Amino acid sequence: MTATGTTAAAPQPCAQSAAPALVVAGVTVHYGDVCALEDVSLSVGPGRICGLLGANGSGKSTLFTAIMGLTAADAGSVRILDCDPATARRRGTVGYVPQSEQVDWAFPVRVIDVVMMGRYGRMGPTRRPRRADREAVDAALERTGLADLAHRQIGALSGGQRKRAFVARGIAQGARVFLLDEPFAGVDRGSEATIIEVLAAMRDEGHTLLVSTHDLAGVGRLCDEAALLQRRLLAHGPPGEVLAPERLMEAFGIAPLPEGRPA
Amino acid sequence: MSALVEWFALPLQFDFMQRALLVSLVAGVVCALLSCWMTLTGWSLLGDAVSHAVLPGVVLSYLLGLPFAVGALVFGAGSVALIGAVNRTSRVKEDAAIGIVFTAMFGIGVVLISRVPSETDLMHILFGNVLGVSDSEILQILAMAALVVTVVAVKHRDLTLYAFDPVHAHAIGLRPRRLEALLLALLSVTVVIALQAVGIILVVAMVVIPGATAYLLTDRFERMLLIAVAVSVTASVLGTYVSFYADVATGGAVVVAQACGFALAYLGAPRHGVLARRLRRRTVAAG
Repeated sequence: MTATGTTAAAPQPCAQSAAPALVVAGVTVHYGDVCALEDVSLSVGPGRICGLLGANGSGKSTLFTAIMGLTAADAGSVRILDCDPATARRRGTVGYVPQSEQVDWAFPVRVIDVVMMGRYGRMGPTRRPRRADREAVDAALERTGLADLAHRQIGALSGGQRKRAFVARGIAQGARVFLLDEPFAGVDRGSEATIIEVLAAMRDEGHTLLVSTHDLAGVGRLCDEAALLQRRLLAHGPPGEVLAPERLMEAFGIAPLPEGRPA
Repeated sequence: MSALVEWFALPLQFDFMQRALLVSLVAGVVCALLSCWMTLTGWSLLGDAVSHAVLPGVVLSYLLGLPFAVGALVFGAGSVALIGAVNRTSRVKEDAAIGIVFTAMFGIGVVLISRVPSETDLMHILFGNVLGVSDSEILQILAMAALVVTVVAVKHRDLTLYAFDPVHAHAIGLRPRRLEALLLALLSVTVVIALQAVGIILVVAMVVIPGATAYLLTDRFERMLLIAVAVSVTASVLGTYVSFYADVATGGAVVVAQACGFALAYLGAPRHGVLARRLRRRTVAAG
C-alpha cells in the first residue's frame, strides 16, 4: 500500500540524487468528511532535526502515518531517502517511536526483546536472531544507555527510559529517518536532557529526525528547524521564526507562556 | 504412592479413556498456545463468537456426511469475515457486530438441529462428548493440531510483534493485516479442535484461561507460552480423570480445573497476584 497514486506509478522506486532525506509533497488526507491534512508540503534535509508543532488534533500523528504509508493520502506523495515509502519500509529506513498511549506497557516483553523487533525486517522468516542481530541490539542498548536495563520488562522503565528503548529499536533497525511522536510527553526534565543528548548525537551522524511535540521550550533546545501544523502547514523554518507569538496564536488559538509546558 | 499410580493407571485400561485423554491433551496444548495471543490482543470475546458460530457448520457436515472440521472451519472463518464486514461497512461498533453475527449463526445451527434426524445430538455438540469421540474425529483433531503447532513454531515472533506493535511491523515492511488474518485463521482452527474436547459453550474457556493465568505468572512471552501449556495440560488431565471417577461431564470438569488454576494464580502469583500486590502496598505504606 503506497501513500499515493503518483508514487505507485513511479517507474524507479529510488532515484540516485542527493536530495532531502524526507520529502512530503502536497499531501492531503481525509477521514470521511473530515479533512485531517490539507496540501502539506515539507522537506527535511539529512542530519537535521525538525520539530513538528501543533495543537491536539492538528494532524501531527496523521502526517506520521501518511509518511509511513499507513494512512492512504488522497493526494500528494512522500519520498524517503529518494525512495517511495514501500521501498523505504522494506529497507528498514523508517524508524518509528510511538506515543506512550499507543503502547501496552504491561505486555510481557523485555527491553532487549523490543529492541530486537527492530531487526525483524532483516531476518529470515522465523525471525531467529543471528550474531549480527544480537550485536546490533547490544550496540543500540549501549548507545541509549539502557544496557543495564536490557532484561527488565518494558513497563518497568521510567518514562524517559521507555522512549529511549524505542529509539534503540530504530537504531538496531538501521533506520535513517526517525519519526518520534511526542517523545517528551510524561518525561521529567532530567530524562528529557538525556533523550535530547541521544537524539542530537544521532543527528550528528547524519540521521534525520521528525519530532512531534507540544513542548515549545524543548523545540529551541533540540531542533534545527520547526514546522507548525494546523491541518495545513502554517510555517516551516528556524525555530525562532516559527515560534513567533503571532504564529503560535494561529496554531494554538492562544499565546502560550514562554516556558509553557502543558500538563 | 501406589494408590496414586493406580488412580492414574486404572482408567487407561479403557479404550474410551485413552481417546478422551488424547483429545483433551491435544486440545489443551493448542488452545493454550493461542490463548496467549488472545489475552494480549484483547480478542477473548472473538474466541467465544467463533466457537458459537461454527454450530451450523458442524450440523451441516453431519448432514452431508463430511468431516465435521470442514463445515466448522468454513463457518468459523466465515463468521470472522462477516464480523469484520459488518463492522467496517456500517456504523455498528465491533462488540455489537460480534454479538449479532455469532448469535445469528448459533440460531441457524439450533434451527438446523431441530430439523435433523436424532443422531446428531445437540447436547453433545454444545457440551462436548470427548468420551465418545470417533477415530475419524481423532484423526482430524491431530491433523489440525499439527498444523497449528507448526505455524506457531515458525511464526510466533511475528505474531507477538503484531500483538505488541502493528505500526512498527508495517514500518519495517511486514504486513500486519496478513499477520492478523493468520492469527484469526489459527483461532478458527483451534476452536474447532477444542469443540471436540469441551463442546461449543466452554470453548472460550480453553482459549482464554490458560493465557490469562500465565500472564499473571511471568513477564516474558516465551515463558508465558510454556506456562500456559503446562497449566492447560494439567487441567485437561485432571479434569478428565475427575470426570471418570466422579462420573461428571468431562468438558465441565476440565474447565473447572482451569478456573481453579487461574484462581490460584490470581491470588498467589509472586508479582502480579492480589496477595503480593497487597503486601507490596502495605510495605510501601509502612516504609
